[in-house]
Amino acid sequence: MRELSFAQALNEALAQAMETDPRVFIMGEDIGVYGGAFGVTGDLVHRFGEDRVIDTPIAELGGAGAAVGAALAGSRPILEFQFSDFAGLAIEQIVNQAAKIRYMLGGKTHVPVVFRMPSGSGTGAAAQHSQSLEAWFGHVPGLKVIQPSTPHDAKGMLLAAIEDPDPVLIFEHKLLYKIKGHVPEEQYLVPIGKAAVVRAGQHATVVGSAIMVHRALEAAEILAAEGIDIEVIDLRSIRPIDTATIIASVKKTTRLCCIYEGVKTLGIGAEVSALIAESEAFDYLDAPIMRLGGAESPIPYSPILEKAAVPQTDIIVAALRNLVKGQS
Amino acid sequence: MTSSPKKPAPRTPVLHPNVRPFYAQHSPDELKEALRRMHLVRKFEETAEDSYIRGLTHGTMHLSIGQEASAVGTTMSLRKTDYITSTHRGHGHCIGKGAEAKYMFAEFFGKEEGYCRGRGGSMHIADPESGNLGANGIVGGGLPIAVGAALAIKQQKRDDVAVCFFGDGASNEGAFHESLNMAAIWKLPVIFVCENNGYGMSVSTKRSMAVANVADRAPAYNMPGVIVDGNNMADVVEAMMVATARARGGEGPTLIECKTYRTRGHSRSDRNKYRTKEEIEEWKLRDPIPHFVNELISHGILDATEADTIEKSVDAEIKAGFDFAVAGTNPTPQSLTRDVYAREIV
Repeated sequence: MRELSFAQALNEALAQAMETDPRVFIMGEDIGVYGGAFGVTGDLVHRFGEDRVIDTPIAELGGAGAAVGAALAGSRPILEFQFSDFAGLAIEQIVNQAAKIRYMLGGKTHVPVVFRMPSGSGTGAAAQHSQSLEAWFGHVPGLKVIQPSTPHDAKGMLLAAIEDPDPVLIFEHKLLYKIKGHVPEEQYLVPIGKAAVVRAGQHATVVGSAIMVHRALEAAEILAAEGIDIEVIDLRSIRPIDTATIIASVKKTTRLCCIYEGVKTLGIGAEVSALIAESEAFDYLDAPIMRLGGAESPIPYSPILEKAAVPQTDIIVAALRNLVKGQS
Repeated sequence: MTSSPKKPAPRTPVLHPNVRPFYAQHSPDELKEALRRMHLVRKFEETAEDSYIRGLTHGTMHLSIGQEASAVGTTMSLRKTDYITSTHRGHGHCIGKGAEAKYMFAEFFGKEEGYCRGRGGSMHIADPESGNLGANGIVGGGLPIAVGAALAIKQQKRDDVAVCFFGDGASNEGAFHESLNMAAIWKLPVIFVCENNGYGMSVSTKRSMAVANVADRAPAYNMPGVIVDGNNMADVVEAMMVATARARGGEGPTLIECKTYRTRGHSRSDRNKYRTKEEIEEWKLRDPIPHFVNELISHGILDATEADTIEKSVDAEIKAGFDFAVAGTNPTPQSLTRDVYAREIV
């Protein structure tokens, strides 16, 4: 079984998309000879040339708008934000333009653009380079928001995003770029909008995405030794959310914990909790729904504080133990 | 007056040894069609305004009355495959690019027959089929989009252009700087058309800009910055002829600043507190439509009777368009979320 890193898997998706579709091109800051701040584009500029691997000026708003315009004019642009935080400079083009143009125009056009969003904390880069902004963009009709957790899904979901006719934001957790996993060589699509049950269990359902899936799996292993059997769902898609998979799981396990790195208040966990509270799964609950989210603060620099700002494995273990044992 | 890419523009004999290129290089039919479109823009907006005052429509609208030479002059020689991005004050650009009044009225009335099936309204009229990528409710929103469209044109090895309309107010947005810079470094076929009507809503250019002209900013991007009388068709068109040839020839972008004026307020909420009646009246004397009619007559292209016939034909078109819109189909509430996505995932 061939293994690639998460970053290599993304690189392979970009290369294969450009090989098979001449409309596809990449743009972004330092993605050419530099190879991207996190090395994702690597040597693509040497393989595909500067016309298809375009170094933009440091101009997030302009770059995002140019991607939208190129998409409207028949190309298939992929824009890499160096950090998803910098998309704050481009909100206008993502939210006011890309998300709304098709609707405002009565469905007479569409905007097939992909925004790549390196995100998340854990790198010591502090408040302006560490945010998890998936929920911001997940709030906007017209956008699709995805967040793979494995190299396999990174490749398949990026290819699905490129193939999709709508604007898609793919959030890539920076701590995942180096993890390795099985990645098939051929092109394949991992569908947008489908969660995955990555660990089956009986006592509680954990819903998370990206790095939180890995921490939930670690926690589940630890708890298994205590006889607590955790089911882990990798959300994979923030908008749309795969409600059916979560409902089915909660009906089985009767307990739900949402774990996410974005700020807890008004975050993804709030949405998942509400979806369950509104569904037939509510009657199956044996304990109040639990949320573990990011702290109500910017991401700090100090490594001690930075760890404290987002759910870590030990916290997750303790919380799940309480969720299962405390109520049973 | 949209022509196919391969078809050479019709030529007419030079009317006079000193006649301007605008009159020399456009056929009488093309010039008359340009006049017809100017009337169409004016009468569309007058009728839209009247409909609003009579309570027949809701929302808001931004009228370009007084700016018709700029809108029609910049678009009259574009191909169907050329793109435009327009602004909140975009009715003229749409008609210039070939939009039909009846579908614009239908949009204004929120009907399914409208260009945007009633989802966009006055501020978002678009027709991707004819290269109109859309009017934009965000000041400066269309600037980088035009750059991207031009980037796609270049990648696809076409010789089309993207014409980007914006106002003096948008030139103070960061998007202006980022867009002109990108277009210049990549030598993209964009024509930035600034319709400088003197005010960003209520704030004059004198109060919002440190330079006298938007075109003064062009040298910072190493591109030509051309100032024209935006109420004079010949001036506008001749600047466009040069800029378009430059763009199609791969020489890069141009910034054209059309000095003009909107004789109506910014939108329906405007009480004209920031400018004088005298200023408005002075500009009304420079109305681009009678000016163009006189020019056409003095060049022997048109006589007064024909000018009248053209105007009357527009009246008929407007009346028919208005009736078409009023009789149009209202959207059903069930269709609310249609077209949010091209591929809905349930």
